[in-house]
Amino acid sequence: MYKIVKAEKLAHQIFLMDVEAPRVARHCEPGQFIIVKLDEKGERIPLTICDYDREAGTITIVFQTVGASTEKMSWLKAGDSFRDFIGPLGCASEFVEEDIEMLKKKKMLFVAGGVGTAPVYPQVKWLHEHGIDVDVIVGAKTKDMLILTEQMEKVAGNLYICTDDGTYGHAGMVTTKIEQLYQEGSKYDVCVAIGPMIMMKFVCLLTKKLELPTIVSMNPVMVDGTGMCGACRLQVGDEIKFACVDGPEFDGHLVDFDQAMKRQTMYKTEEGRAMLKLQEGDTHHGGCGNCGGDN
Amino acid sequence: MADVMKKVPVREQDAKERATNFKEVCYGYNKEEAMEEAVRCINCKNARCIAGCPVAIDIPGFIQEVKAGNIEDAYKIMAKSTALPAVCGRVCPQESQCEGKCIRGIKGEPVSIGKLERFVADYALENDIKPDGAEHKNGHKVAVIGSGPAGLTCAGDLAKLGYDVTVFEALHELGGVLVYGIPEFRLPKELVVQKEINKVKELGVKFETNVVIGKATTVDQLIDEEGFEAVFIGSGAGLPMFMGIPGENANGVFSANEYLTRSNLMKAFDDSYDTPLVAGKKVAVVGGGNVAMDAARTALRLGAESNIVYRRSEEELPARVEEVHHAKEEGVIFHLLTNPVEILEEDGWVTGMKCIKMELGEPDASGRRRPIPIEGSEYVIEVDTVIMSLGTSPNPLISSTTKGLEVNKWKCIIADEEFGKTTKEGVYAGGDAVTGAATVILAMGAGRAGARGIDEYLSKK
Repeated sequence: MYKIVKAEKLAHQIFLMDVEAPRVARHCEPGQFIIVKLDEKGERIPLTICDYDREAGTITIVFQTVGASTEKMSWLKAGDSFRDFIGPLGCASEFVEEDIEMLKKKKMLFVAGGVGTAPVYPQVKWLHEHGIDVDVIVGAKTKDMLILTEQMEKVAGNLYICTDDGTYGHAGMVTTKIEQLYQEGSKYDVCVAIGPMIMMKFVCLLTKKLELPTIVSMNPVMVDGTGMCGACRLQVGDEIKFACVDGPEFDGHLVDFDQAMKRQTMYKTEEGRAMLKLQEGDTHHGGCGNCGGDN
Repeated sequence: MADVMKKVPVREQDAKERATNFKEVCYGYNKEEAMEEAVRCINCKNARCIAGCPVAIDIPGFIQEVKAGNIEDAYKIMAKSTALPAVCGRVCPQESQCEGKCIRGIKGEPVSIGKLERFVADYALENDIKPDGAEHKNGHKVAVIGSGPAGLTCAGDLAKLGYDVTVFEALHELGGVLVYGIPEFRLPKELVVQKEINKVKELGVKFETNVVIGKATTVDQLIDEEGFEAVFIGSGAGLPMFMGIPGENANGVFSANEYLTRSNLMKAFDDSYDTPLVAGKKVAVVGGGNVAMDAARTALRLGAESNIVYRRSEEELPARVEEVHHAKEEGVIFHLLTNPVEILEEDGWVTGMKCIKMELGEPDASGRRRPIPIEGSEYVIEVDTVIMSLGTSPNPLISSTTKGLEVNKWKCIIADEEFGKTTKEGVYAGGDAVTGAATVILAMGAGRAGARGIDEYLSKK
């Protein structure tokens, strides 16, 4: 069992937890992810690592409730436990292996969308701890859905916050902010974009035009997370890659986002049905468009 | 009196009924049936069946005890050579191993060794008969990576010799392919697999789940930081292969590993579990091995019309004869000498599979006649789900993170057959990680070899 030592709600539908997992905390690096399983009957849910404390042996995870399993997860409190917590999985961000002096010469831009702010944070923090300040754009639908802003402020160089509805910071999508920075004369050597697939797709379309190499972190459907099932396969250039062992980070200009987004909908009906069942319990009488109200 | 040339028939769940449930297909022998079958064994002096068994069970020895009704003694004889008899009795390809060598098989049917093994093992599980453990602990710490058949066997053997063994498993359940790969209807998880693992636990073996070696820690760290003096790698096969044909990333195309993992490990077939599975209404499974049969029979049980598409003929099907027979009985449709060339999709979802007819040519490197496409014979099978069961390629997680551990050109870990010795001192390996995808029993044989190698290495130290 893996004990939750802290649990808090960050924003509407977004939750943060610190979980005791000493083996994971000892070895994880920015860019990697974990898999969590709530209980005996739960799903294996992949989540990117948001932060880690090697001494305390804890891992910070942030998740958004998108289906029945994450909804159930959000009910847990400090003192509760996960049945399973597996990681670190996937490869660390490329810069972790790079020469620090070379890295210092690079100008990096991080673009975080929504709950994607969580996996961007440990990368920016790692770079900050190694004496490298990078620019960060954080985007959210609305002010109330912004997360980790204070933490990010402490480790980022320039921090630009955008909200789609203009309730905070720059009004508009993260892409308009990138365009604005370039119009104002900024230039970057590399961009790291993490967020919803649709956001990463549009960031990549833009950065391709700007000739700005872009790394994205993919979060496809996954089961075991160790390379066994192939559910997470993606078309990257002319190769098939497994996000769990080859990624999760890839060259964003090579990823087939349209296919990846289609693949992500594979279990949408199943998930929706499970969610309705959870919300409505025995009172569920149709409406999910699937079960005819029988179950 | 029964015909002595024939096996005592084994009772099975009715084909029509079992095609709709996940309960075990074969009921196995009861004591009377087992004793009757045991009489058929002529107790050869030069028992060829033992040579046919990868873990060299004293087959005539245990069968003589069954004949006399001493089932507990039969179990003790068996347990000297195998840690998982209830598993082997169910999933071994007996026809090409022990039973294939049986002298009875020359004129009639061989002795039903597999079913006898299963009966004895099940009797031991039901009556809680334990294998004999070590009398003394020797204090040497050994790490075993993977809790599948190779790892469990190696751990069990070493524990019996007095070693302090810890098994590290990457998944959340113990058993490896026995839990994620082989379906419930062929190998019950709670009744058989868990109980067999409990016996290994009772020998003093410790288990740690959710530890991915190569990520959460490495082989080098196990040795340098955690005090393990030797390591056995039984990490299994790994990454599923695809055909590389158009449409393979469409929704509704799965690897057999994914389909079976969702159903077996995550129990997606049971509504009370959270993991979803798009079962499909018309399913095509590509491949002809045991895994393909498992996937096809799982799809059938989930309510689909289930088809096997295999590029060679029935004779070359690599699956166990019993599995093919059971699949047919249950209504799986076989498209032999047929190979997919394209998966058709609409809006990202599978709508069909274009196939080409094949004919057999000259034998290839595997000794089997090579299938050749018949030009212009393409046709479309309407399906909404395609399951690729083409084998796996080794997972690089361990080999790429262990200094001095060499792999061959297929990326399999190099290890000798007799002792499982790798190119790195103190590190032994066996099972699919070494051979590529093979059988449970071959992995168990490799686990035994690894235990012998480690014992020899550490007793000299």
